[in-house]
Amino acid sequence: MGIQAQHIVKRFGDFVALDDVSIDVQSGRLTALLGPSGGGKSTLLRVIAGLDHADSGTVWIEDREATSLPPQARDVGFVFQHYAAFKHLSVYRNVAFGLEVRKRPKAEVRRRVTELLELVHLDQFADRLPAQLSGGQRQRMALARALAAEPKVLLLDEPFGALDAKVRKELRDWLRRLHDEVHVTTIFVTHDQEEALEVADELVVVNRGRVEQVGSPNDLYDRPANEFVMEFLGPVTRLGGQLVRPHDLDVFADARPGTVPARVERLQRVGFEVRADASAGAERFWLQLTPGQVEALELSPGSPVWVRPARGAATIASSASATPADRAPEGAFDRASAGSSS
Amino acid sequence: MAELTRPTALGAPPAAGQPQGPGASPGRGASGPTRWVLRLVAVVYVLVLVVLPLVVMVGRTFEDGLAAFVESVTSPEAVAAVTLSLQVAVQAVVVNTVFGVAVALLITRYRFRGRGVLNALIDLPVSVSPVIAGLALILVYGRNGWFGGALETLGVQVIYSVPGIVLATCFVSLPLVVRELVPVLDEIGLEQEQAGRALGANAWQRLWRLTLPSVRWALAYGVVLSLARALGEFGAVRVVAGNVLGSTQTMPLLAAQRYADLDESGAYAISFVMVAIAILCILVVALLRPRDHR
Repeated sequence: MGIQAQHIVKRFGDFVALDDVSIDVQSGRLTALLGPSGGGKSTLLRVIAGLDHADSGTVWIEDREATSLPPQARDVGFVFQHYAAFKHLSVYRNVAFGLEVRKRPKAEVRRRVTELLELVHLDQFADRLPAQLSGGQRQRMALARALAAEPKVLLLDEPFGALDAKVRKELRDWLRRLHDEVHVTTIFVTHDQEEALEVADELVVVNRGRVEQVGSPNDLYDRPANEFVMEFLGPVTRLGGQLVRPHDLDVFADARPGTVPARVERLQRVGFEVRADASAGAERFWLQLTPGQVEALELSPGSPVWVRPARGAATIASSASATPADRAPEGAFDRASAGSSS
Repeated sequence: MAELTRPTALGAPPAAGQPQGPGASPGRGASGPTRWVLRLVAVVYVLVLVVLPLVVMVGRTFEDGLAAFVESVTSPEAVAAVTLSLQVAVQAVVVNTVFGVAVALLITRYRFRGRGVLNALIDLPVSVSPVIAGLALILVYGRNGWFGGALETLGVQVIYSVPGIVLATCFVSLPLVVRELVPVLDEIGLEQEQAGRALGANAWQRLWRLTLPSVRWALAYGVVLSLARALGEFGAVRVVAGNVLGSTQTMPLLAAQRYADLDESGAYAISFVMVAIAILCILVVALLRPRDHR
């Protein structure tokens, strides 16, 4: 059951977009394909939908081999980043489209569309054209449209990517609640690790055409399989040749077992967190502290401190030539704040 | 913009972030003397080049009174010319529309060897003189042409007959539909069609429910341009039609012949019919086109 893509290979000329990728998505769950832009996650989604064809490999959708089926025969709902609204049709007709092309009776179409428009809170806007809706409304319309013909799976390609931050966050929560109501097997593609960690039941981290790791959000955050996953899912810094999350460091004003002596270089407060740049010998790293910690330890630039990874902290031996230790992926800052507060 | 003044559904207030219609920004374009000079130049140009000659012609048409005009345009050869012109124009426009949609889809939706060449060839008919088009058609379909002999044994006469006129008209109006559709198809892109596929629509349903409605105004414009060109074509038709009175004489041919025969008012009368049809076409498009378009 669910969706299985097996040994998918897809090349665009010399560029290998998908290099023998296999994923197994369970029925009824919300799975995120997470990875950097150009990593192959959208291509994988399009292969599953049938909008792109793999050079080799097979696709199974709910126990049916779909590899050679055209998209219209796959029973999938697909939502595009830029909505792909049918501009000449009203919101109602957009949502009704999948039912009308299947020649469902008028009464059934009306009932189903009305129900869906209520579900996505667009029942007041049924007669409008897509151009008269805001971005978030258009995307909700696209979701209702994709759900109309009761697809076996719902595929969302960066569904919130074109929306501004506030609307994105609202829609994200809304998608989570919608999924809890509808329970359709869903895959959504995102490059935003915060979005993936918050919404998905399961994450598949895709990078350079390969799957890096699969697991629950907590699994991946706490037990990343490799440096890439660790760096991509949240902020990291490097201490004593190890990658560690900057909020997973214990700081003391005196030497303790297992600590490394260091010196505070700079303190910068951002909202309710304090970012402390520090150096241990030639090594530079950073810590994420609370204003309370800074006060209790009486830290100021130049203070000596002793630092060690907290118990149970995720650490990975760092390869020397890796990216600078204080590099944090896009949006990681927000994620770190959310993580430390929970 | 019509988009903004349209009442919102159920009186609901427009949501925050409501997209503004194009051109909603104030102060668009130049102001002050530049604007007035540009306006003057445009108006004078159109007046001198288009309006004035047409007005004078209309004046001449009715100089001898309405009765003379009616008599002139209801004469048997005038009726035959109008009928033939309309018949040819409708056929050519239908052929051209089907072909134009197909080729525009081919050029915008597929990448294939020879696409560039095809794209360039489409413009050829408007670049060469229509007379050349007519002569070329005679070389191919004439009695001694490539297919002409074979077609004649089958009982089909192309040159000096209606099929030849339709062919010549199709030739000269070939790019008009394609060139209207290609930029619009490029602009709407593939996403809507892909969404349609994912929603279960087959190729035929996507064409009728998504693609054609999306390009309908461009298509209507292309059709009207083709129709106008088809009704007015002289050179190519002159060569292939042979100008047989009452059987292969179209409106422009009749107008030219009357003028050559020193029947000036007759020539103006038939010209007036052509102008009236052209203006009617433009009006139809203007009325069909929704106000919020472009």
